[in-house]
Amino acid sequence: MSLYSFGLEPLSCHAWNKDRTQIAISPNSNVVHIYQKQGKEWTKIHELTEHSGRITGIDWAPESNRIVTCASDRNAYVWTLKDGVWKPTLVLVRINRAATCVKWSPLENKFALGSGAKLISVCYFEKENDWWLSKHIKKPINSTVLSLDWHPNNILLAAGSADLHCRIFSTYIKDIEDKPGPTPWGSKMPFGEVLLEYKECGGWVHSVCFSPSGDALAWVSHNSAISVANATQGKEVTQLTTGHLPLLSMLYVSETEIVAAGHDCCPYQFSYKGPGCLEFVKKVDIPKQSSKGNMSAMQHFRNLDKKATTEEEETGLGSLHQNSITQLCILEGPKAKVEKFSSVGLDGAMVVWDFKLIKDFRIS
Amino acid sequence: MAKNTLSSRFRGVDIDEYDENKFVDEQDEAAEQQGPDACEVDDLIRQGDMMAAFHIALRNPPINSKNPAVKERAQAVVLRVLTAFKSSDIELAVKSLDRNRVDLLMKYIYRGFEKPSDNSSAILLQWHEKAFAVGGLGSIVRVLTARKSV
Repeated sequence: MSLYSFGLEPLSCHAWNKDRTQIAISPNSNVVHIYQKQGKEWTKIHELTEHSGRITGIDWAPESNRIVTCASDRNAYVWTLKDGVWKPTLVLVRINRAATCVKWSPLENKFALGSGAKLISVCYFEKENDWWLSKHIKKPINSTVLSLDWHPNNILLAAGSADLHCRIFSTYIKDIEDKPGPTPWGSKMPFGEVLLEYKECGGWVHSVCFSPSGDALAWVSHNSAISVANATQGKEVTQLTTGHLPLLSMLYVSETEIVAAGHDCCPYQFSYKGPGCLEFVKKVDIPKQSSKGNMSAMQHFRNLDKKATTEEEETGLGSLHQNSITQLCILEGPKAKVEKFSSVGLDGAMVVWDFKLIKDFRIS
Repeated sequence: MAKNTLSSRFRGVDIDEYDENKFVDEQDEAAEQQGPDACEVDDLIRQGDMMAAFHIALRNPPINSKNPAVKERAQAVVLRVLTAFKSSDIELAVKSLDRNRVDLLMKYIYRGFEKPSDNSSAILLQWHEKAFAVGGLGSIVRVLTARKSV
């Protein structure tokens, strides 16, 4: 595992470019920094400064190489690289509250934006007028939309919100795409159609994620629980309550394995094998090896004087991250077999987790 | 100013009630939940069968009920059982519960903390320690996030 510290400021969000040589992050401000990997170090190569409010979401489309950013200033910008400079294009999302999250669709022809205005703005590019248009999904959302995820078919969108509901909407836009075929979630999919509405989430739904095939939807909520809805089993929902602090972000790393992280500052792995079979697998972290070096007598007395104890007290957490993890992102591998993923947290650090290293390590 | 010269009557107005965008929980059509059977629990305590009394007290929680009297009654029953336990038996009792019941126990414990009486806090703290060992921080988080509680 490698940890890189981007400073003292918490990292609100991050996104990688296609070949993972560049990372776009926001240090809890209205600016997006793009860093380029050079050996073991990261050097800042761009600064995207158009937003006036705190950046709440960044997503980097791998194929078309466009970045979409959204912020609490109720705006979203799509950035394109022209002659080595990132140029912003304002998107008229027409929201009257802060934007909270943004995600490119799998085919990158549209993106979805969640907001505190109790609606989702689905935006697509209209070639004739050379601008981005948006369509709103309002009903039946009753509070802030906190998280979004796209189904592989580019039409279905899952949304977790603060009204304690998890929903799947259809975002089918006649003008830019063909009618979608039926899926286990449903076959009638006009724009805004609700294909799943689950109301017993128990808390704010911080993160939602479709499985690689799209047949299952998992989410984590603020009541320290993780849930999975299975389309092929009548949309049956299995919830697992944990004894940990609430989780904030999650990823599917294979068709059955899920990794989630949050206020406990370390990722956890869960496994879903069918209705009623959602279980905790293990904690994904390398515990710190405490270095009990030889202390000189001088050190001993100095410690006694300063801290009234001669023990080497570990004031840091035992995990790699020293504060809550805010976002997880797939780094390497297809969605069905993720090999590496990255995490950023409130401690300003970005950690790359490698499954090859996790498997070999024996957790004592 | 020694005397309040301006009227502060406005401070009694609950402004959230007039907010048109106020979030309202969905109203559930729940069956009338009566709470645990107080007589049955009392009998069992008298007989000395604490475990059975404990399990019955944690049945039928008045979670969906809007009647505060029902909730008070249930809380009283549970508190009676928790007080009747010997300290050494608490751990065993908690271990005999499943996940959901541990969460429910935590809800009752925190509800008991709200209105301390005599020795109740000390006993509740013992129960809290054992329940926390099994339920972890998650069980406490669920007490705080529950929209409908005991």
